[in-house]
Amino acid sequence: MTMNDHVHIDEHRDDEGAKTGMWIFIFTELLLFGGLFIVYSVYRYLNPLAFHLAAHELSTFTGTINTVILLVSSMTIAMSISAIQYKNKKLTLILMGVTLFLAFLFLVNKYFEWSGKISHGIYPGSTILQEASRGEILFFGLYYTMTGLHALHIIIGMAFIGYVMRLVAKDKIQHDNFIILENSGLYWHLVDLIWIFLFPLFYLIT
Amino acid sequence: MEKEQHPHIVRYRTYVYVLIALLFMTLTSVAVTHIYLGPYTVATALLLATLKSTLVLLIFMHLKFDKKFYSYMVAGVFLLLTSVIIITFLDYLYR
Amino acid sequence: MSETVLQHNQVSYLEYQGRFKGLFAWIFSTDHKRIGLLYLYSMLVLFSVAATLGLLMKIELIAPGKTIMDAQTYNSFFTLHGITMIFLIVVPGLPAVFGNFFLPIMIGAKDVAFPKLNLLSWWIYILGALVVLSSQFIGDGPPDTGWTFYAPYSFRTGTNMLPAVTGAFILGFSSIATGLNFIVTIHRMRAPGMAWMKMPLFPWALYGTAWIQVLATPIVGVTLLMIVLERTLQIGFFDPALGGDPILYQHLFWIYSHPAVYIMILPAMGVISEIIPTFARKTIFGYKAIVVSTLAIAFVGYFVWGHHMFTSGMSGTALYTFSILTFLVAIPSAIKIFNWVATLHKASIDIQTPFLWALCFLFVFMIGGLSGMVLGALSANVHLHDTAFVVAHFHFIVFGGTGFAFFGALHYWYPKMFGRMYDKGWANIGLAIFFTGFNTLYLPMFYLGMIGMPRRYYDYVEEFHGPNIVSSFGAMLMIAGLIIIITNLIRSARKGEIAEADPWKGKTLEWSIASPPTLENFDEIPVVTKQPYDYE
Repeated sequence: MTMNDHVHIDEHRDDEGAKTGMWIFIFTELLLFGGLFIVYSVYRYLNPLAFHLAAHELSTFTGTINTVILLVSSMTIAMSISAIQYKNKKLTLILMGVTLFLAFLFLVNKYFEWSGKISHGIYPGSTILQEASRGEILFFGLYYTMTGLHALHIIIGMAFIGYVMRLVAKDKIQHDNFIILENSGLYWHLVDLIWIFLFPLFYLIT
Repeated sequence: MEKEQHPHIVRYRTYVYVLIALLFMTLTSVAVTHIYLGPYTVATALLLATLKSTLVLLIFMHLKFDKKFYSYMVAGVFLLLTSVIIITFLDYLYR
Repeated sequence: MSETVLQHNQVSYLEYQGRFKGLFAWIFSTDHKRIGLLYLYSMLVLFSVAATLGLLMKIELIAPGKTIMDAQTYNSFFTLHGITMIFLIVVPGLPAVFGNFFLPIMIGAKDVAFPKLNLLSWWIYILGALVVLSSQFIGDGPPDTGWTFYAPYSFRTGTNMLPAVTGAFILGFSSIATGLNFIVTIHRMRAPGMAWMKMPLFPWALYGTAWIQVLATPIVGVTLLMIVLERTLQIGFFDPALGGDPILYQHLFWIYSHPAVYIMILPAMGVISEIIPTFARKTIFGYKAIVVSTLAIAFVGYFVWGHHMFTSGMSGTALYTFSILTFLVAIPSAIKIFNWVATLHKASIDIQTPFLWALCFLFVFMIGGLSGMVLGALSANVHLHDTAFVVAHFHFIVFGGTGFAFFGALHYWYPKMFGRMYDKGWANIGLAIFFTGFNTLYLPMFYLGMIGMPRRYYDYVEEFHGPNIVSSFGAMLMIAGLIIIITNLIRSARKGEIAEADPWKGKTLEWSIASPPTLENFDEIPVVTKQPYDYE
């Protein structure tokens, strides 16, 4: 752009500022889900029994597996930041690759979970759900909206990490210049953080 | 964690310990669901979720090692969301 | 400024030749000043559209029955008027135009923290504007829900809601990007010596605003997303037939949209806090009190959303709580008014156009604020809810508050932005006509509301005819004033006389640099040692 050909933008890099920016962005994401958590808590309060019943439809096992997957992936991306600081490029790439693989696994799981539900005729607007109680309609509405939005964030996170991996591979990110890696890690932990709350709210209220 | 280094490098071991703690809490919250029934199930599940997220925030997201300013902001945001939920419930609880 | 060798930094930002030429030198520029002007020009265009819609609505209301448009057209007019004015002009207005242009300069920085993100936010803004406007031309007719998109009507109406809602959703990202940028800029890029308590009040106001932008906008984002899902997938969240609660929609919508009122008014207060000390030639009275009340408004303002819903059927407990909190939020606003008036006390005032705008702001903002107190009282609200009184109240705040501050800021910083001075005579005449028209337009609506005229109807009973004639006449007068003001400003950008670097004898940093500023604002980053309004 017009100003890039010189000076101050690259002159002094501000890692701290980039991190502050990332955190503020994370706050907006938290509040985005926060709005849905408000909806969830209100309808859960108004329809306790129906939510309880509807949750039986979800498999605690699948939910637990996905929680474990996300927690492990959160650890690997956190470790990759230590690895780059120890100047271990290879390990950094491996750890990031593992994170991406686990994220993919999470999505595969989610795919089978969703398609299972949909093949049973449980999806917003389906005839089976139309005949269900209102609480159950709301439960599944929330289930699809919240896990769907979460899955979308997984995909965005994967794209972000994938992009950063390229930068690591090309040595654009090194032991003294890894703020983008740190920020992609922060984003990934956010995804994890939201799941930590989604999991008990949907899978553990039976 | 004891080394005063700048920037801080977290040891791999620390992360492994945190992961073990997180997995333990996850399994506990699942197990608790099978034991109790009643209002305490939700409370326990949410308490464990809060503990887990605190661990993630402090260690994985480096709040413990960063400037205090970040922790304050995060605390503020969670406080804000909680207050908004409480005020919304002033309507639903008493309707 | 030192006239040394003509380097790129010696040319004004208006003349600077970058990699691109012509229009592209603007729409691809990451210079915060050019982005500020991009926003200004875009808003000028949108404002003319929305103001025209407003004028046409007032002409419709000049007589009972159908005058120039039918009910459905009227509905879609007030919807588009509301969406455009709120989401495209008043909410982004002051931060995006004057915040972008002056925040870095006033804190002694060369640009914002993330210049590319800044440009991106303008592009997102344009995209959002196009999507919103497309709702008028495609699908099954223009939206007719009003700017609040209340459920369940917003997913039952056959009109073309999706683009309007999606557009508002997209605009949220632009708003968040600007807020995020400003917070980081203020935290990281203040000039050496500029402690928090040495920061001018406009940046302080932008700081409070930015936090609301960042923390409130996501809630409306997800709410609008739910409306989209409701329309496309029947998710049932706000549909009583599917178990949803439409009042929950109102909660979520106002959790954003009430703080949004403070997104509009806080920077306006910041502008007034800049103009008043400059023309009073006096340091501002109670600097700290203004800073604290800015943050207090930002904070308490987050918890008063329910006062838009007093008649919705909320619980009694919620009603009392929201009413009390509403009265509380008036305190910091009143503190500011007292501080501004106290600043004028025993000052050697230089009466210039920007100062007159600030005075008019005080007048209309007082009326707007006090009528807000009337609406904040539960019993009065039941009577006045959804009447013309509410319309008068929020136009006094949003147009009277933010709008007056916007034009005040434009007249105050104009010589700095364009390096030329407007014709002060015409500016004052325009202001006088505009101010008269404004009050003639909106004051009768308080009365109309009290005697029971509902808002959002194209028709009314004969009893309301008299005040409506006055009000519609006021609208025409006000538009005439606007035309004079805007024509004068546009003409002067080319033909006005060359302005000095500090025509108003201001003390904040923007007056210490050239008019118009050079590309990087400062040859050398200044070291700040004094308070911002140091006239002693």
